[in-house]
This record gives sequence, structure tokens and C-alpha cells, in this order.
Amino acid sequence: MNCRSEVLEVSVEGRQVEEALLAVLHTVLLHRSTGKFHYKKEGTYSIGTVGTQDVDCDFIDFTYVRVSSDELDRALRKVVGEFQDALRSSGGDGLGQMSLEFYQKKKSRWPFSDECIPWEVWTVKVHVVALATEQERQICREKVGEKLCEKIINIVEVMNRHEYLPKMPTQSEVDNVFDTGLRDVQPYLYKISFQITDALGTSVTTTMRRLIKDTLAL
Amino acid sequence: METDLNSQDRKDLDKFIKFFALKTVQVIVQARLGEKICTRSSSSPTGSDWFNLAIKDIPEVTHEAKKALAGQLPAVGRSMCVEISLKTSEGDSMELEIWCLEMNEKCDKEIKVSYTVYNRLSLLLKSLLAITRVTPAYRLSRKQGHEYVILYRIYFGEVQLNGLGEGFQTVRVGTVGTPVGTITLSCAYRINLAFMSTRQFERTPPIMGIIIDHFVDRPYPSSSPMHPCNYRTTGEDTGVTYPSVEDSQEVCTTSFSTSPPSQLMVPGKEGGVPLAPSQPAHGAQADQERLATCSPSDGARCAATPSSSEDTETVSNSSEGRASPHDVLETIFVRKVGAFVNKPINQVNPPDSPETGSPLQGSLHSEGSSRGSSGNTHDDFVMIDFVEAQLDFSCFLKKPAFSKDDILPMDLGTFYREFQNPPQLSSLSIDIGAQSMAEDLDSLPEKLAVHEKNVREFDAFVETLQ
Repeated sequence: MNCRSEVLEVSVEGRQVEEALLAVLHTVLLHRSTGKFHYKKEGTYSIGTVGTQDVDCDFIDFTYVRVSSDELDRALRKVVGEFQDALRSSGGDGLGQMSLEFYQKKKSRWPFSDECIPWEVWTVKVHVVALATEQERQICREKVGEKLCEKIINIVEVMNRHEYLPKMPTQSEVDNVFDTGLRDVQPYLYKISFQITDALGTSVTTTMRRLIKDTLAL
Repeated sequence: METDLNSQDRKDLDKFIKFFALKTVQVIVQARLGEKICTRSSSSPTGSDWFNLAIKDIPEVTHEAKKALAGQLPAVGRSMCVEISLKTSEGDSMELEIWCLEMNEKCDKEIKVSYTVYNRLSLLLKSLLAITRVTPAYRLSRKQGHEYVILYRIYFGEVQLNGLGEGFQTVRVGTVGTPVGTITLSCAYRINLAFMSTRQFERTPPIMGIIIDHFVDRPYPSSSPMHPCNYRTTGEDTGVTYPSVEDSQEVCTTSFSTSPPSQLMVPGKEGGVPLAPSQPAHGAQADQERLATCSPSDGARCAATPSSSEDTETVSNSSEGRASPHDVLETIFVRKVGAFVNKPINQVNPPDSPETGSPLQGSLHSEGSSRGSSGNTHDDFVMIDFVEAQLDFSCFLKKPAFSKDDILPMDLGTFYREFQNPPQLSSLSIDIGAQSMAEDLDSLPEKLAVHEKNVREFDAFVETLQ
């Protein structure tokens, strides 16, 4: 089985990093979360209900939908916060990427540990730009909102290809497929990692600045 | 397009498609209400949450959807469409988007109905939740209020895209293959809105200029009425029950949930939307519009300036009995139009200069000013406007905005009337003043005697203060 890999790129201002990443991660997890499973006799199970809520961004003209699970939201905010701190303290040109990987556990015999087999990876590449004027920031706010709309449409398109998804597990194997640790929802097993990439020069920043200046010139 | 589907699977599939269509309409309309939507997750299955998603049902929307479907299901050549349009305060309207639930002939005979189809429909609804927030109409709907409102219309049959203008764009939300055909959900939306940011809709003057370019006479007259996307039911006030009970009793029959169904209630004020306002006098509503544009120095009147949908909620809290659901909806629609009736400018607009901003100020001004003598232009202007404003206010006073007729009749109106014509202070009247002075003097010895008797109490009181 090949792991499906999707890459998204966003160019944002420093204060927009958190919201842009949360919008993407939450949209993916909305599609990759189910209600809690309740197994009954004879191999049947029932599924809880997933609630949703709208989240308005403060620094981007954008609203995204997330699963109504404060635990999940806290977990994502924690890791996105760490990424943002790492980006700030890296002193580089503000380039980094965050990966959301969905995996299955495969039991191995002793002494080998369980194997984690990824089946879908979402990578978000982040370019942080620095803007000088309030007008540029206002334009950036709208432009990033529009770009995020495109990303959401891309995500939805991938989700609705109905490609590989792990089979619904039996009760004994549910922890190999789903994260059953949350109280109210049950996402597929996932892990999030990030890295601050090496500087690729100022080309991205310059391009972004040029885009904004061109828009102003119109 | 019959297949080897057994009767139970066929029955299940029909039910899934029907409830998917109803939930699709709910998601779309709720996303255009102008407010953030929030529903709770529940770890325990309830059996009433179709597709394991907490999507509340607004009864009027379900009623309209069922009316449009008329017992049929989306099929090849028979699409269910939800049209979203914008209507301005001047009465001009424009189609923004058409959401289409279609079925084509491509069948997937191997797919399992009660498991795979159900889960994929659930996924498609999640995608719809996400996509409804990213089309241009979403941001417009969040800012709807006094200048424009968002309306929806559901129809069944052939998709009509002509009203979207040239160069509209399409986004496909997703597809689900079934043994009887492939369900496709998509949205066609107007893109020339991209040149009209929501900021432009907030500025009053440019609206007419921009919108004129986009109004096209509809080639196909609507067979179904438009409905506003910002209403809320109050079960007690309407006194109407919608004939949807029998369907809502159907359990989400899947291999998963088994507990009995429960009626989903309309969200409260927090998540819901206000009723349409009771009929304000035209003058009153015109005053409200006027208030929104007057300068900040116009004291008390600008204090009542409606600034957001919160004021709409305030206005709309004056509920009244409704005759029937259709009357409710159509009445709401009509009232919205009526609420933005234009009056001739010279009757409606307040004086421009800040010092003559309000008839109240004008009345004070005219009291003190020398009428007709040297009387500067401002005074004369104020007097004239005051008279005109008074005439305007006459209908306002009969039925002022923000008043609840059925609870405190004419309370606000009474206040305005009294305040406009306050009685003269009795102490300023010489005769009355003289009379009371004499009486006071006569009663003085008696009062002194009483106070002397209570001297000890007074002293004790003073000591407690020290």
C-alpha cells in the first residue's frame, strides 16, 4: 500500500501562521474523524455524533469549520504554537513545514515494537513574510483568506476521491486504527511533526512583496 | 436503473438519499444565516443524528425542502437545487449561488449501501460544511443586515444557472457512487462579486451603482418563493406545527446506532437567528435607516442607531401571533421589503448641520430662539424641519420601533409624546408658586412642633452617623 501524500503551501504574515495552520489541520481532521465507537455483542457497533463549529480567524478574512472537540483543538494548538515559536526563534527566512500523518499500527511479535504504517500525509509548507505598512497587511489579510479558500477546496477534492481508508476494525484492533483517547470524537491515528527548513534565499519574500505592490499599483 | 439491489437495501438507499437531501439543504441555509454555527459532539449515539453528524433541523427549512421534493428523490434529470440570492434595501436582488444535488447514471453495483454509501454521504456532508464557508456568498451573508439580506429558494428539476451572470465558477463538493447512480453535489457561484468586496456593501452610496450592472430579468420566473436566511421559529408564538413529524421519527437505520430518535430543536438565540421584526411604521424604519447615516453629534438619535444584526434582533423580539407558516414566511419577506421603503429625501433626511441634528434639539432651540425676528437661518431651518419631523414622527409615535405592542402598549410612544410636550414646571408658575408659599408658611408651626417632638430620634440618628 502506498502512502498518499498531499502538499499545500501558504505564504502568510507571522501572526497569521497559527490560524492558517489550524484552518488546514482542522479541515483535514474534520474529514478524518468519526464519532466514538461503542461496540456491542455480535460484532456490531454504534457511532457517536460529531458536532462542528465555525471558527472566525482574527488575522485572516476567513472562517473554517472544526470538529467540536476542545481536546482535539488544544492538541493542535499546542503543536502549532511550538511550530510558531520554532519559526520565530530560528532566525532564518521564515520557512518551515508541518506534516500531519495518518497511520495504522501493525502488531509485531516480540521483541519488535509495533510498526506504524502511514497511509496519508498532509504537508503544509509555510512561508512567513514581513510586511511594512498597514495597507499591505490589510491586503495580505484578504489574499491569505482567498488562498485558504482554495486550499480548503483542494482538501475536499482529495477527500472525496474515496481512495484508501483503513478497514473498520474489530474491538480488539480499534486502537490500531483510531485514536480512542479523546472523550468526544475519534480521529484516525495521527501524528504531527514539523521542521524549520533552510533558507532558500529571499525569493519568496520578494515575490510576495511584489505581488502586494502590484495589487496596490492597480 | 434497477440493479440486483434487494428490497431492504433499496429501501435503505432511498431513505439515505432523502435524508441526505434534507440535511444538505439545512447545511446550506444555516451557513447563510449570517451567524456562526455550533453543534455539540456526543460520544453516545442518539439514533436521531443522521450520518453521525450533529446538524440541527430548522423546521421551516425542512418544510420547504419537502415541499420542493414533493415525495420524489433526486434522480437523473431531477436535481434538487438551493438558490441563494441577495436582496438590497432598495428591493433589487441578485443570485449569488446555486447548490445542486444531482444524480447521474453511473452506478456502482458492488458498493455496500448500509455501510460504505452511508459513510461516504457523511463525508460529503462534512465537505459541504467546509465548502459553504469558502464561497464568496459566505462573507456577504455574515454581514447581512439593514442594507441587504440573503434569501434562499429550493426547487426541484432542471438546474437554472442563467441568473448567475457571465463567467460564474463551479466547485464540486464531492460525489458518492451508489447502485442506482452517482450522487454529485456542486455549487455554481457568481464571481463578479470578487470585485465587490463586502466593504463596498457596507458603504451606502456605491450600492446602487454596482448592483445595477448585475441585475438581469429572470428568464424563468421563480415557481417557488424566496425565503430569508435570517429567521428563527419560536414554537410558542407561531402556534404552528409543521407536518414533518412522521419523517423525523425515522431512525437513522444503519448498522451503527440503535437508540430511539428524538426531535431536534431549533437553536436558541445564540446559534439561531431572530424573527423578522413586527411591522414598523414606514417612517420608523426610514428613520432607522436615516439614523444609521446621521452624524455622531446627533445625540440621542444616534444612540439608537442600529449598527449590526444585534439591533435587528432587538427589533425582531417584538413577536406576534402568526396565522400559518406560509404567512409567516411570506409576511417576513414582505416586511423586509416594506421595512426599507424610501421616502422623499426632504421628508426624511435630518438637517445636516450638527447643531440642528434632532427635532428634540430643534425644539429646545426653537423654545429659546426669537422666532421670526432677526432669527438666523439655522433657527428658521430648525423650526421648519422640526415641524416636518413632527409630522414624520406622528406615525412613528403610533407604532414606534423597538416597542413590544403586546406587552407594554405604546410605552415608548407615550414616552416620546410626553417628552415632546413636557408640562410646564409648576414652580415656574407664579400663581401656583404663590399659593404654595402661603400654604407652606401656614403649616410651618405645625411642622416645627412635630420635629421638636422627635428631636431625640434625630440626635440618635446623627450619633450613629458619627
